[in-house]
Amino acid sequence: MAVEAPTKKLLQGNEAIARGLVENGCVVAASYPGTPASEILTSVQEWQRREGVEMHVEWSVNEKVALELAYTASQTGLRAATAMKQVGLNVASDPLMSAAYLGVVGGFIVVSADDPGPHSSQTEQDSRLMAMLAKIPVLDPDSPQQARELTGTAFALSETFSIPVMLRPTTRVCHACQDVALEPVAQLGRSANFRKDPSRWAATPKFRYQLHLELNEKLANIAAYTPTAPRCHNPQTVSRKAVVASGPAAAYVREALGDLGLWDQVSFHQVVQPYPLHSAFIEETLAGYDEILVLEETTGVIEMQFRDRSKVRGKLSGAVPEAGELLPEIVERILADFAGLSAAPSAPAAAPGGRRPTLCPGCPHRASFYAIKKAAPKGIYPSDIGCYTLGINLGAVDTVLCMGASISQAAGFYHSYRITGQQRDIVATVGDSTFFHAGVPPLVDAVTQGARFVLVILDNATTAMTGNQPTPAQGTPAGLPVAIENLVQGCGVRFCKSADPLDLPGFTALMKEAVAFSREEGVAVVIAKSPCLVDRSAPRVQRAQPAVTAEKCIGCRVCTAAFECPALEYDETTKKVTVDRMICSGCNVCLSVCPVGAIEEVKG
Amino acid sequence: MSRQQLIISGVGGQGILFITRLLAETAIAKGLPVLTSETHGMAQRGGIVISHLKVGDFSSPLVRPGKADLLLSLKAETVALHLHFLNHSGTVAANARALPEAAAGKEAVTVDADTLALNLGDPRSVNLIVLGRALAQPGMLFCSAEEVIAVLKARLAGKEKQLQGALAALKAGMEYGAA
Repeated sequence: MAVEAPTKKLLQGNEAIARGLVENGCVVAASYPGTPASEILTSVQEWQRREGVEMHVEWSVNEKVALELAYTASQTGLRAATAMKQVGLNVASDPLMSAAYLGVVGGFIVVSADDPGPHSSQTEQDSRLMAMLAKIPVLDPDSPQQARELTGTAFALSETFSIPVMLRPTTRVCHACQDVALEPVAQLGRSANFRKDPSRWAATPKFRYQLHLELNEKLANIAAYTPTAPRCHNPQTVSRKAVVASGPAAAYVREALGDLGLWDQVSFHQVVQPYPLHSAFIEETLAGYDEILVLEETTGVIEMQFRDRSKVRGKLSGAVPEAGELLPEIVERILADFAGLSAAPSAPAAAPGGRRPTLCPGCPHRASFYAIKKAAPKGIYPSDIGCYTLGINLGAVDTVLCMGASISQAAGFYHSYRITGQQRDIVATVGDSTFFHAGVPPLVDAVTQGARFVLVILDNATTAMTGNQPTPAQGTPAGLPVAIENLVQGCGVRFCKSADPLDLPGFTALMKEAVAFSREEGVAVVIAKSPCLVDRSAPRVQRAQPAVTAEKCIGCRVCTAAFECPALEYDETTKKVTVDRMICSGCNVCLSVCPVGAIEEVKG
Repeated sequence: MSRQQLIISGVGGQGILFITRLLAETAIAKGLPVLTSETHGMAQRGGIVISHLKVGDFSSPLVRPGKADLLLSLKAETVALHLHFLNHSGTVAANARALPEAAAGKEAVTVDADTLALNLGDPRSVNLIVLGRALAQPGMLFCSAEEVIAVLKARLAGKEKQLQGALAALKAGMEYGAA
């Protein structure tokens, strides 16, 4: 058949959310990248450009700043949004809790993307619990199409009740793609108009109590708000059993009920607003059914709002796993069991195996870690959140806690050893973007408190892990770049030197100098400057690949094990190493790593 | 064929997202609903990357084990890892010199895409070579080579060099199948 011009567009969930924001008149958007939420802001920028809308769209220095900036736009009456991953919301939780009390003027959406699994996160935390803590409503889309729809619903909800609204997609919404029909972009034509009201916007504790009472009243009314009420997908079905699901679990239920032949046997209700759960729905469901199965990710948020749980099965009752992703095959099995199907379908099991993620071939971080281990072979290595967490493969990462913690932990290690009469070499690693995000306060603290360690700032001039977003060091067309060196010096650090880690001998020498300084003097900072190889905005240099001279290679495996380059392969039969021509980037750092000089430059 | 479930897998950096979206856009061009699920973040750094693609009337993007019609494998080792997604009559198209043992008994085609890609002077073209190989096999995919090429041309409009490279890779895979 002929290929026709598409009437629908393939949109990733994050692109669909961005489209929904722009379509519904959002004019200020701020974010800090984090998987699975990173593409939201990039797409907002793209829709803004294509639609020619006047907006302020920014990659903020961190999520707290992003939320505060976007919330302020809402205070002036404009529609605004902020987007982040679930652990980013931890960083932004301080302003969120307070903003819930103060309320909004223009619609304000907080997109917090969860990562059940987890696939690319340090926790599986459920942002809907943060919505409960803040006392704001949260919407839980099941697909890119629904995520786009719910952004409009969220703005309306936010303005109807003057309250921030959370949109909580999970990885399977953010990183799903679907054919989505686009709607026209609404031009609301609003002007910023901040109406001063210090008793509200700068409320003291006495007024905060009043605001809390108002907030509780808003929530009670939101629990009766029709546009976000649960939806029954098979109202013709008469059953004593009901399944209640939200988010991607609802999409799995829809498919599995059909496949299991249960569409006419079990009532299926989809919750789009898990908190506050509609009060009439709670009463009607408890009155109308003998057994209720709740399927949701990741915590039993809907489940816990059924005050009488004697009929309810879910995570709290033990019927549904409380950790890990609720995959469609698990949903199918639980549904079959719930319906009393005798032979529950058993899914074929995955074969064991796989491969661990590694730093890319030619990644400058690999050279940095190799040099760190040479300079402080018995050191303690606190690290941080980013691609460079994979330095764990080289044995150069001992701790990863959260954004910026490498620096506080380095200080924590120093003081713990010091007060017990010991001294250890401590070398912390942090990425450039992570340093800006949360690294400055702990560095100030370390200098102030007299800690001694080396901090290596891995400066690849981008936020690499999440898809190469800019850092403040690049600046913006409207603003000025902020140099890492100036920040470090401003924190009072007396040793601050930069070098390219791809010059391995030179960089190793600098690392040794820094370690010596840290033993006697205080905090030493080394800025490892070398661009990310997967950054498409950076010019790509074609470099010749080296070759291994088989006669010289002694099969010691320093290059494949200690240096851990994926582009070097050890052949078990020949006991020699070869270069994988498919992936070698030609960085030539391995020439300095090979102890016998068997890897040599190939002159073109 | 108006309904198909696919698994596309390999390792980070092989362009799995590109061919997943290419196929998804081909589905849309054919007027078919489509859902996909992608791998992003840390796993993209050299780890195993898997895409799910469902063409037709579905509501969720994930393929359940035992339900896939086709496994497109860009790295031979993922055949064994992801074979459990296939249904009883599910087929395999793999980047391999010889069919991996795990796929014995399955209807399968292979292509030495690494060598072909190096010969084309573009190690990043493995994805389209394997796709070409699958397209050369009648009935393996929900769409034809012509339909994919039309979408590829629209996607890479104005990027003539990239388009020519992509078409050459697709053709290399298809001709390998015809040989």
